[in-house]
Amino acid sequence: MTESLYQEIILDHYRRPHHKGLRDPFDVEVHHVNPTCGDEVTVRVQVVDGVVKDVSYDGQGCSISQASTSVMTDLVIGKQVDEALTTHEAFLELMQSKGQLEPDEDVLEDGIAFAGVSKYPARVKCALLGWMAWKDATAQAVANTVLDNSKEAS
Amino acid sequence: MTLREVASVAALDVEAVRKDFPVLSREVHGKPLVYLDNASSSHKPTPVLDAEREFVEQHYSNVHRGVHTLSQEATDTYENARTTVASFIGGQHDELVFTKNVTEAINLVAYSFGNPGSPVMLGPGDEIAVTEMEHHSNLVPWQMLAERTGATLRWLGLTDDGRLDLSDLDEVVNERTKLFAFTHVSNILGTENPVDVLVGRAREVGAYTLVDGAQSVPHQPVDVVALGVDFFAFTGHKMVGPTGVGALWGRTELLNAMPPFMGGGSMIEVVQMTGSTYAPAPERFEAGTPVISQAIALAAACDYLTELGLDNIKQHEIALTARLLDGLRSLDGASVLGPDTTEMRGSAVSFVVDGVHPHDVGQSLDDLGIAVRVGHHCAAPVCRRYGVPATARASSYLYNTEAEIDVLLEAILQVQAFWGVR
Repeated sequence: MTESLYQEIILDHYRRPHHKGLRDPFDVEVHHVNPTCGDEVTVRVQVVDGVVKDVSYDGQGCSISQASTSVMTDLVIGKQVDEALTTHEAFLELMQSKGQLEPDEDVLEDGIAFAGVSKYPARVKCALLGWMAWKDATAQAVANTVLDNSKEAS
Repeated sequence: MTLREVASVAALDVEAVRKDFPVLSREVHGKPLVYLDNASSSHKPTPVLDAEREFVEQHYSNVHRGVHTLSQEATDTYENARTTVASFIGGQHDELVFTKNVTEAINLVAYSFGNPGSPVMLGPGDEIAVTEMEHHSNLVPWQMLAERTGATLRWLGLTDDGRLDLSDLDEVVNERTKLFAFTHVSNILGTENPVDVLVGRAREVGAYTLVDGAQSVPHQPVDVVALGVDFFAFTGHKMVGPTGVGALWGRTELLNAMPPFMGGGSMIEVVQMTGSTYAPAPERFEAGTPVISQAIALAAACDYLTELGLDNIKQHEIALTARLLDGLRSLDGASVLGPDTTEMRGSAVSFVVDGVHPHDVGQSLDDLGIAVRVGHHCAAPVCRRYGVPATARASSYLYNTEAEIDVLLEAILQVQAFWGVR
């Protein structure tokens, strides 16, 4: 049943999500929803010295959105913000590929399991929900840091 | 007698009906299509498609504009379609405005009621009443009207078994209420509302009533005069007609007392640079070139349903709905959102499979050739009321069979097995 969509890796992350649950400390918290289906996610991000120190989240949604958010946390926590954003770009590109892209496992690790999702346009938004929330929160966290630094400088 | 006549004399001959819908013989993922997403949109039978094609091929022109032959033929056909569609719900020709869909029909009233010269000038202290089971299209326009005018929006809540909670009807619909808008049949719960009770209360306090008939008109006989409502909205694509056309029925004197919603060609009487006067209804509310061929196809859809008999269709759907409700009840780990009997109920059945998100249920069912809708069904407050993020919804229509219901029930078992919740 829908094997190309529901890869075992996805089901594993869905049943046993990584880094789930909202944690302190954090710099920014965002709440994103998918208005067409009602899926939602709250993501907290902590950025320290240009590094994604922690990402925690809570949410409700389908297997694709929940598993994708779990995979995202594995991929971005501990990375330099720039590097994490590059990973985000790679995942976004994969999701927009309509099944035409061979994903790079070195970059996306468990994320390659979502290649099949890109063939289901209705589900791409599910896969991107947590990623987009993370990007939003991270951008805010970085902007806040720049703001704080400029305040200190002046 | 033709096969069709035999069918309408007896009950519904579903196998004969199915032959009119070419899409029903296709496969999805190598499985016969089981289309149970009719509350979202229905398929179109060959006679409806033929009627539209014949009009476009032989009689098409713009309407209400020319003296040439095609223009006259097109105008006649369009206006005859108006008569057919109006009488389908017990109304008269001049009482029916063609719109894009139910959403536009409701917005038409909501905007007209906020425009200068409206029969009621809403303001702070006035109230608009709705219910908690409305489709967003019968909720958001009223929220917006309240915001524009300073009026207050109030609503009837829901009981645990998916009915309107009428215990505070007299409080929610009161002397300050100017308009009471509610759905005839819920698109998510399937509940059929007691229009007589609701209209009765609205009349006691002098409030206008608007009924959303999107989920009732396709499935059961409707008589707007007997219902006693002021406005009634429905749409073509859910009743074997095309997309892009819906209708607003309203009492003539009321429509003629209302200011226009959109301005433009066709809706005017005298236009001067300093101002304009407006045509009477229905033209007043049909600015611009209307949905011509779709309206004609919608009339063909009305004829198609009339020929089969709305009572027959309703009886057929009751049998299917009973089978589905019974099946879901006897299935461990599945539950129905909404009334669990066919009493005062439409054919839309929302359900939840424990441990499997509705999206995953829908995707897995699609893999087995079964089309259901998943999500909040544009009725997010209902999901919130019952504490679920979303539901899966199976909604049957005249061409569905008991065998298809059984296919769905069997497939839910497979879904449970795949997701390890069984």
